[in-house]
Order: sequence, then structure tokens, then C-alpha cells
Amino acid sequence: MRDTKDIPFMRDALMASVNDLAAVHEEIVFLDADLSSCIGSESFQKLYPGRFYNCGIAEANMVAVAAGLSSMGLVPFVHSFACFASRRAFDQFFISAGYAHQVIHLIGSDPGVLAQYNGGTHMPFEDIALMRQVPGVVIIDPSDKQSMYALTQQLYESGKLSYTRSGRKTSTQRYTPDTKIQLGKGIVLDEGEDVGIIATGEVMVNAATEAVKLLSAKGIKATLVDLHTIRPLDTELITSVAKKTGHLLICENGRYSGGVGEEIAAFLAKTHPTKMDFVNVGEAFGEVGNLSYLTGRFGFTGPHIAEVAEALAKR
Amino acid sequence: MFDEEKLKKQALEIRRLTIMEIGHFGSGHIGGSMSIVELLTYLYYYEMRIDPKNPKKEDRDRFVCSKGHAGPAVYATLASKGYFPEEMLMTLNQGGTKLPSHCDMTKTPGIDFTGGSLGQGISAAVGIALGQKIKHIDARTFTVIGDGESQEGEVWEAAETAAQWKLDNLIAFTDFNRLQLDGLTENIVSMDNIDTRWLGFGWHVQRINGHDFRQIDDAVQRAKTVAGRPHMIIMDTQKSHGFIPGENTTKNHSMAFNEQQAKEAVAALYAREGVKA
Repeated sequence: MRDTKDIPFMRDALMASVNDLAAVHEEIVFLDADLSSCIGSESFQKLYPGRFYNCGIAEANMVAVAAGLSSMGLVPFVHSFACFASRRAFDQFFISAGYAHQVIHLIGSDPGVLAQYNGGTHMPFEDIALMRQVPGVVIIDPSDKQSMYALTQQLYESGKLSYTRSGRKTSTQRYTPDTKIQLGKGIVLDEGEDVGIIATGEVMVNAATEAVKLLSAKGIKATLVDLHTIRPLDTELITSVAKKTGHLLICENGRYSGGVGEEIAAFLAKTHPTKMDFVNVGEAFGEVGNLSYLTGRFGFTGPHIAEVAEALAKR
Repeated sequence: MFDEEKLKKQALEIRRLTIMEIGHFGSGHIGGSMSIVELLTYLYYYEMRIDPKNPKKEDRDRFVCSKGHAGPAVYATLASKGYFPEEMLMTLNQGGTKLPSHCDMTKTPGIDFTGGSLGQGISAAVGIALGQKIKHIDARTFTVIGDGESQEGEVWEAAETAAQWKLDNLIAFTDFNRLQLDGLTENIVSMDNIDTRWLGFGWHVQRINGHDFRQIDDAVQRAKTVAGRPHMIIMDTQKSHGFIPGENTTKNHSMAFNEQQAKEAVAALYAREGVKA
């Protein structure tokens, strides 16, 4: 396993993983939609020029072209900003890929508030909700470079249709090559019995890590899970944390409606009703601003998560 | 060897099977099925390098029915070719069938790609043709879209990428039957100047009578000699051609008729063609 500590950004860890896979697997191809310099897929183009295709600003066609390539036995990785990868190409992803049993690995970059200066038009809060509707799809939202690298390898090995949420210019390094990172299995980062915090994605896991420290200073012991795989849901781990803490806080960089929190709430309502709360953007559209402004605006901060978790623990 | 009489006879048999298949179920997309029967016959009985006994052979020519609602005609063609028994045609649209209304590659032997959400099939065909190039497979990809389907923006996204990538192994057809579900295409969103639209996108364009085997053959053979550009063969056709009860109405996209009416329609067609039942 490659160590990602010297790789600058999330996008570079993602592309290093795809490029390493493509070195061994000739059937891997890469499609981009005029955003190759944004994700760094130019590196793939340089290494494997006959297997890179820039489809231009036409995401719907790109995703169905990828499905056609898949039917030829090729394995396409396909990139656009998360807003366009999900919203503009949803029917193609649903029918030509999902319904037609084709395997493509769709990458949506800068999900949620990570879109920052591109603002509301480019800020998907709904991509998890949309992609969750495709039967059998695997969805990941890795929280650091190492898990981005490892999970991308595992997505390829899984042979399943997938959607990846990836930051571009963020650079968290949380894990090492020795960390057990397994597709479909959340990673327990802290253990405590007062409240369970389940966070998905880099922004939320970082904020929740800070929240756990703040809670600890107040004598509140929290379990923290990095839920890097959104589908399939790690129901075993979620159940065990619910049983252990009795209080679950779900934090995601997106909407409540159709999101991870709603999915976990629905699952626990049936299996193990648990006191819950949620940190997400609620009903908001995106807006422009830097990451610090946006995380403050939507409460994606250590202090806010700690405050919600503390109130929940006392319920 | 090109044998027009033999192809005509086969087309008549595919029309019979299609009419009986839909009549057995009681309704279906008869119009757009009947308008592409000569094309299907030509491709499956003359032009395409395929093996019904080995339908997944990697280096086969592929056909994508982007106007996926023409499934019944494609199924009749595949059954007559031996991809599956003709009796299976009587399961069209029944629960659990392998023959759904719209073409489904996960269910039907011989279907190379799923179609039904209009505009997507031609994009997938672009992907397949590109895949043949990437893998250095000497094979062609054929696809057919509707003139109504051409209102989908995705068709033109597919057009621009196919031209950019010089996919000369892609031979597409437009079934220009001038009708869509709600009526005449020209009264809904016109596809006038269709030839120059495709020319403008950088394709090699031909226009023919889609019910004339000699014209289909000339166009396909000519396409194979033109390198560096994808090919669009616009076929002027009659929607419901050969299903006489649907020929003189604009309401022939999907029609309801029973088995008895199907038999009568086949008899009427045979009489018109001067063929004994």
C-alpha cells in the first residue's frame, strides 16, 4: 500500500490510486468533462494517452459513453464536479450504467461546502440522496488521502458501480498504510459510552474529531465513527454504537433529506430505536464563501457539533 | 451475396412475427417497430458479423437500438435468427419475460445494449465504437435513433464526441418516419434540415429510402469506404409500414389490437405483397 503522506491533496491521492491501478489493469480508461486540470486526470492522460478521453462539457453523454465502454469490457473512471456528475448525468448513471448492469466508477469532486468559491450552482448537497437511489451502487466519501487511495483500489476490486465524493485541494492525512481500511466498514476513531458521532467525509470527520476533544474536556465520552462508505451501510457497526451509547449524532456534508442521517434513522427505527440528532445543511441551497465561512454558516464546526452532541447525550 | 428477393422475403417474415407478437399481448409499439424492419433484416441477415450461437463474442459487430421501444421488431429479428425460440415472442411484456417493451441487454440474448430512455443508446454506441478502437477490435457498431428521439440534447452531445474521436466504425441510422407519439414531428419540434444538422456536426451523411434494400446496401457499403468520420444514414420511412391498419394514421406509435386482428393484418399484408399465406 502506497503511503499518501507526501501526496499534496485529496485529488492527488485519488489520481495516484487510479494511475497505480491502470498500470496493472489495461482495461481501465478515464473520461473527464473539461475538468481534467481540476482533478488532476492530466496525469492519467500523460501516463496512458490512448486510454484518456476528454468528453467536453457534456456530462450526460460522458456517463452513457462510459457505460458503452463498460459493455466492451473496459473499466471507466469518470469525473466531473459532484454537482454535474450527479444532477446532470443522473438518468444516464441510473439507466445506462445501473439498470444495464454496467460498471463505471463515477467521481464527483468538491461535494457539499467544498465547492467554496464556485458557489451555489456548483455546491451539491443532494448528490448522496440522488446516488443512493441507484440499486446496488457503492458510495464513498473518504475522510483523508490514505483512505481515498485505499478505497479507490477496493472500488475497482469490488467490480461494482460506484460514486466517489472527493475533495480537490484539501489535504487531511489521518491514517497510515497500516490502518485497516475496508470498503463497507466504518472506522472507529474514538470510543466512549455517552454519545455516538457518525461522520461522513473529510469536512465532517475533521470537525467531529475536534468536537470529541471538546466533549472530553467536559467529561462527555463519545464514540466517533468515520463512515467513509455510505453504501452499503455498515449496519453492524451502527447498531453496535447505537446499543453502546443510546444516542447517535449523524454529521454529513449535505442535505438531511435522502442523506446518510435519514438512512440511518430509517434503519434504526426498524431495528433499534435510538435517540438521534443530525448536523447537515437542512433545506439550504449552496452559497459562495471560503471553507471557514461555509463550515461556520452550516454548523460544520467542532464547537457546534460538540454542542449538539452534548444536548443529545443529556436527552 | 446480396439477394434482394431473399431479404424482402425475410423482412416479410419479421413483419409477420412482430405483428403476431404484439397482437398476442394486445398492444405495443407497432409503428416504430415496423419502420425499421428492412434495416434490421439487412443488418442481421446480410451485413453484421455475428454468431447467434455465440452472442457475446467479443469481436462481433454490435447493434444498439437507441429507439428502444422498437424492441418487438428487434426480438422478432433475433428469434428468426435463432438467438432464442420463436415461441418466446409470445411472452412479450408478460411478467417475468425476457422480452420487455424496451430493449434490455441484461434480459434478452442478442441485445447488445439497453435502450428506452431516449438519447442514451447513441451515446452508449459511441462508447462501444470507441471501445472497439481502444481494444483494436476490427468490428463495427450500428445504431438506430428516431427522428423524434433526435429532439434529445444528448443525441447531439453524442454526435460531437463521435466526430471528435473520428469513429468511422460507427454507422448510425435515423428512422425518419416523421411521426412521434403526439403526432407529426414537424408540428411538435421540427427535425427539418436533418441532413445538414449532421453534416454540421462533422459526420458523413447519406439519405435514402429506408424500405429499399438496394439503397440501404449502397449507403452502408459507401460508408465503409469513408475513413475518419462517423456515418449517419438518414432513412425516410413510413411509420407502421406493413401493418396496414396503422399506415394511414398519426396515432400509430403504440396501438391496441388482438390476435385475430393481427392475423387479419398479416393476411392483408400478404395480399398486398402478392404472397400466399
